[in-house]
Amino acid sequence: MAAISREEVAHLARLSRLAVTEEELDLFAGQLDVILQAVARVGEVVAEDIPPTSHSVPLTNVLRDDIEVPCLTADEALAGAPDVEEGRFRVPRILEEEV
Amino acid sequence: MSDLTRMSAAQLAAAIASGEASATEVTNAHLERIAAVDDRVHAFLHVDAEGARAAALDVDERRSAGEPLGPLAGVPVGVKDIVVTRGVPTTAGSKILEGWRPPYDATIVERMRAAGLVMLGKTNLDEFAMGSSTEYSAYGPTYNPWDLGRIPGGSGGGSAAALAAYEAPLTVGTDTGGSIRQPGAVTGTVGAKPTYGGTSRYGLVAFSSSLDTPGPCARTVEDAALLHAVLAGHDPRDSTSIPQPVPDVVGAARQGATGDLTGVRLGLVREFGGEGAEAGVTAAFRDGLDALTKLGAEVVEVSCPNFQYALPAYYLIAPSECSSNLARFDGVRYGLRVGDDGNRALEEVMSLTREAGFGPEVKRRVIIGTYALSSGYYDAYYGQAQKVRTLITRDFTAAFERVDVLVSPTTPFVAFPLGSRTSDPYQMYLADLYTIPVNLYGGPAISVPCGLSEGLPVGFQIMAPTLADDRMYRVAAALESAVGTLTPGELS
Repeated sequence: MAAISREEVAHLARLSRLAVTEEELDLFAGQLDVILQAVARVGEVVAEDIPPTSHSVPLTNVLRDDIEVPCLTADEALAGAPDVEEGRFRVPRILEEEV
Repeated sequence: MSDLTRMSAAQLAAAIASGEASATEVTNAHLERIAAVDDRVHAFLHVDAEGARAAALDVDERRSAGEPLGPLAGVPVGVKDIVVTRGVPTTAGSKILEGWRPPYDATIVERMRAAGLVMLGKTNLDEFAMGSSTEYSAYGPTYNPWDLGRIPGGSGGGSAAALAAYEAPLTVGTDTGGSIRQPGAVTGTVGAKPTYGGTSRYGLVAFSSSLDTPGPCARTVEDAALLHAVLAGHDPRDSTSIPQPVPDVVGAARQGATGDLTGVRLGLVREFGGEGAEAGVTAAFRDGLDALTKLGAEVVEVSCPNFQYALPAYYLIAPSECSSNLARFDGVRYGLRVGDDGNRALEEVMSLTREAGFGPEVKRRVIIGTYALSSGYYDAYYGQAQKVRTLITRDFTAAFERVDVLVSPTTPFVAFPLGSRTSDPYQMYLADLYTIPVNLYGGPAISVPCGLSEGLPVGFQIMAPTLADDRMYRVAAALESAVGTLTPGELS
């Protein structure tokens, strides 16, 4: 049985903001099925009472002193942007047009 | 003066310090070598000749003025193109960042500049460091100097190939699941992954934040240690940076080079035995092990029963973190924007931009990560992988109570032909079988050449406890003293 269907891959691509093509869906569905069946082996481990590890450094709540340090200027921060208007990042419209 | 491009970083630094060669001469020799061979190797995505010459001249002027200079002052270095460099293009091997010039330097780049290292340019990689062959670079593959029809490993194939082709004496890589060590193994060079948190991640284009570790690549163990010492150290701008002193890796490498390993216990992981490694790789590894025992080391078999789940756990954890990290590529603040015709809404422009800007492996991992983190699947996939990570860490901790280091081949197979694994992504993942466990644990590991199989290099991996980076350098340098360095034939 397949671990993941073509429809599920299409749904995940939408969630991931990837406008994948039909050809990619055909290709990825099979490949992702192989990968997911292989990685599902983590389920063989009985680990009910095992705590999870998120990363290997035992540090928590790492804070720095509240000291002003130089940061990027607005021009530097905007220099790599695809579109800039009046010293700001310009984005496409966010709201749907009114009908 | 012998060919400057054939010298080690330590030799170059000594020649520059004594005035035998200038940093400018050394830099020009390497820029000329790049111009002569990189059309065939394609190790570099960008060569910053102007910046390199200016940095070299600065070192020469400071030396003339009698200023004290660091141990690697004037030595050229190539930097993997996932490390941001102020004003110098940084692509991460992706079309989505084509043409981007970062407004700041990564901490490790700042540290190298302060140490007087001369940055030659940016080296090729699998897109966002996701891959094991450098074939997933959006700018074309890098070719292995041992055989131009074969892969140089990945993701840091450019950094490794630049060393093997004598285009640079030192390079920087990043290791998330083996991206420094596996390219080192298949190109006959040395690659070291420091302890996670030992080198700063500030200024790396993030792939998998709980695993990403920058580190040194070189042709000798001593050179790797010298660069390690420059890169490592606490950085308050990285909240997972470890606020502790860096172990004396250079001293350990020099101690190891004396060839005495009396009393050192090497752990052979039982679960790695026989699984998937080519016969020639196993034979070369055994030769390396014999060489170490002749130097006085003792071999102890240890069991790490959960290592068999490392690859599955990694290929859930890394894609999950990647799907989150790569959400920043939204076509707003930097990089590509596609389809913004004034009519389309943000979400559609974002989807078109990411579709056009990401390659197939990145898309696969983003989709897997989105799946593994989605409600209903989280516990079975990402949550379970994190528990497996705990068990793998326990395996390491238990093993290091019995032995000083763990050893294995670095990768199950020698450099494979270009194109032979790209159609089956899972076959590509298997290249990381032996390198991944230590990433999940967080400890340091190094790959050092141990011989040839069918004329191609084989790497020997040494894994050490967290913060015991010096230990792996000692054993690696001892192995190098016994088997020597590997030199490929002149490029055809």
